[in-house]
Amino acid sequence: MKPLRGTFDSRSAKALADPSLQQALRNFKPLFVAKRAAAVAELPDFERLRDTAAAIKDAVLSELDVWLERYAEKVESLGGKVHFARDAAEAREIIREICRKAGARTVCKGKSMVSEEIGLNEALEEDGYRVVETDLGEYIIQLAKEPPSHIIAPAIHKTREQVADLFEKNHPGRPREESVAGLVNEARHALRERFFESDVGITGGNFLIAETGTSVIVTNEGNGDLTQTLSRVHVVTSGIERVLPTLDDLSVFLRLLARSATGQDTECYTTLSSGPKRPGDPDGPEEYHVVLVDNGRSKMLSGRFRDMLRCIRCGACMNHCPVYGAVGGHAYGWVYPGPMGSILTPLFNGLAENYDLPNACTLNGRCQAVCPVRIPLTELIRTMRNEQVKAGLMPASQRRMMAAWGWVARQPGLYRALERLGSRMLRLRAGRSGALSSLPGASAWTDARDLPAPQGPTFIDQWNARGGDQ
Amino acid sequence: MNRELFLHGIRQAIASSPGLRARSALPERPQPPAYGEGRIGQFTGRLEAHACTWEEIETLDALPGRVLAWLDERRIERRLAVAPPLGGLPWPEGVHHHSAPAGIDESVAVSLAFAGIAESGSLAMYSGPDSPITHNFVPEFHLIAIRAEDVCDSQEGVWAKLRARGDMPRALNLIAGPSRTGDVEQTIQLGAHGPRQVHVLLVRAKGGKS
Ligand code: SF4
Repeated sequence: MKPLRGTFDSRSAKALADPSLQQALRNFKPLFVAKRAAAVAELPDFERLRDTAAAIKDAVLSELDVWLERYAEKVESLGGKVHFARDAAEAREIIREICRKAGARTVCKGKSMVSEEIGLNEALEEDGYRVVETDLGEYIIQLAKEPPSHIIAPAIHKTREQVADLFEKNHPGRPREESVAGLVNEARHALRERFFESDVGITGGNFLIAETGTSVIVTNEGNGDLTQTLSRVHVVTSGIERVLPTLDDLSVFLRLLARSATGQDTECYTTLSSGPKRPGDPDGPEEYHVVLVDNGRSKMLSGRFRDMLRCIRCGACMNHCPVYGAVGGHAYGWVYPGPMGSILTPLFNGLAENYDLPNACTLNGRCQAVCPVRIPLTELIRTMRNEQVKAGLMPASQRRMMAAWGWVARQPGLYRALERLGSRMLRLRAGRSGALSSLPGASAWTDARDLPAPQGPTFIDQWNARGGDQ
Repeated sequence: MNRELFLHGIRQAIASSPGLRARSALPERPQPPAYGEGRIGQFTGRLEAHACTWEEIETLDALPGRVLAWLDERRIERRLAVAPPLGGLPWPEGVHHHSAPAGIDESVAVSLAFAGIAESGSLAMYSGPDSPITHNFVPEFHLIAIRAEDVCDSQEGVWAKLRARGDMPRALNLIAGPSRTGDVEQTIQLGAHGPRQVHVLLVRAKGGKS
């Protein structure tokens, strides 16, 4: 998908002013957080599994070439075909070619973040294929012509009424449904026929297993399975970092994924696919393709952001992020929102173009406290800011302010004098209430809430009064 | 892009980080759970947690009668897609059953699982001539027979069974309950694209011994 227009600032302002989005965000947040906490509490090994998962990923990444080669050889020994795409354009071209050769008309899709990343839908639609997203959330936003706002729950920003409006408009001849059950049922019927007419079925690949040449998807709806089973050609799109050595390694990740993503102990369907239909098989696809996408990942492998390649796209970091919780996914401007997106988007699409993302973070650390593969997200965000400063991307006004502060901070006498003065002035201005309802230059804070005035002497004065560091 | 060139790029990236390739030792994994005597209880408990219903039957011969009773109680038409190994069971006259892949209007499928997983209450379906994949996803009602002896403690037990067989099927489907979605206002709704109900028939043992 193409990056959205505007800046993080302008998009968040829009999000904050959108009452139905704010309602949706208020509903979702406590649900995901509480469900994850409950699911994690039930599994005593959870913390050890996190360590193990991180260590497995690190080991695989350090020999990624070897594991990918083994995986590819195994897939091909089963009659599948592995394609290697260096960037998004190559990946699109490979899949267009597969569809062309298949003489396809309808292309069904299971949920795949990589296909969003490479902008696949636009390319296939341009070629004249009927492209149908089959995950209910993805289907809703496809009808709404909007990008996903969450990697697990793409239509999380839509209310029931908005979904009802979309369905009424797009399913002519059907009475309007209002209830959740009615809407889900309507989508079930609408998509049934599409599954049966599908020529090419495209799914993601949560994991790739070198031992068995297997791609793995996890879903709750079963749409990915109908997509890949009923189509004549199955195409798996996956990032190169998704390979794991054995089925036993997979088990470690499956125990973490559902609990971190939705707070379930397991998703409803875990599907392991190995090659195309075999002689004697009554159903299944005749062709099986895997498109391995690099698109900047091997560059990450050698740099300061390697840890990010451990990501299993569970969404826990955004579920626990207060900034995401306030502005939702569209504010982040591209496929990957929240903390993981604040690192991935600048890496994929440019540090300068996405200056705001790593800076729209309070570094509170809740994301890395829940990340199942222990990605040090706040550290990486700080590193990203560092790189931006080194690349001269910090706006001049900010740079001047930092320089001034830095100079003052190196003059202890002056620093303390200014601190005392500032604290006294704030106290005076606040008067008896002890809080400021407005302050020149800080209206962004005081518009929404009062600023408490400093109480009594400064920290350093108190520290010294109590004997300092003796 | 050519595979060699592609892998070469990755090799170079690894080589440019000193010491990276040396960090390739895989860690020891925590032991998967084991339930001992409580294995079946754990399995059925998880089935219920995932909104499955279940019952025990003595032998597979009892299956047709129990399947039809389950359908009749719910006033579901006796038209079934039946897994080939179950097609030869004593189905009464007049019951319409076939073993071809599921069609668009298929309403009921009866399958035989390759294995069960006590840890998560999942059923492992091994695709092939004996188990069409479409039976798992197209019908509204899915009835699955599983032999108690095939219920493993964990996924790792299923992997061991697969290795003992020496192959992977085209599709190994792990199923934990009826299909569901939370995509409209995070309200969980069963029957998204796959079955609305899953009923498990736990077969006590081969030949009826317990
Ligand atoms: S960064 Fe961690 S928490 Fe966030 S999506 Fe990736 S794996 Fe999940």
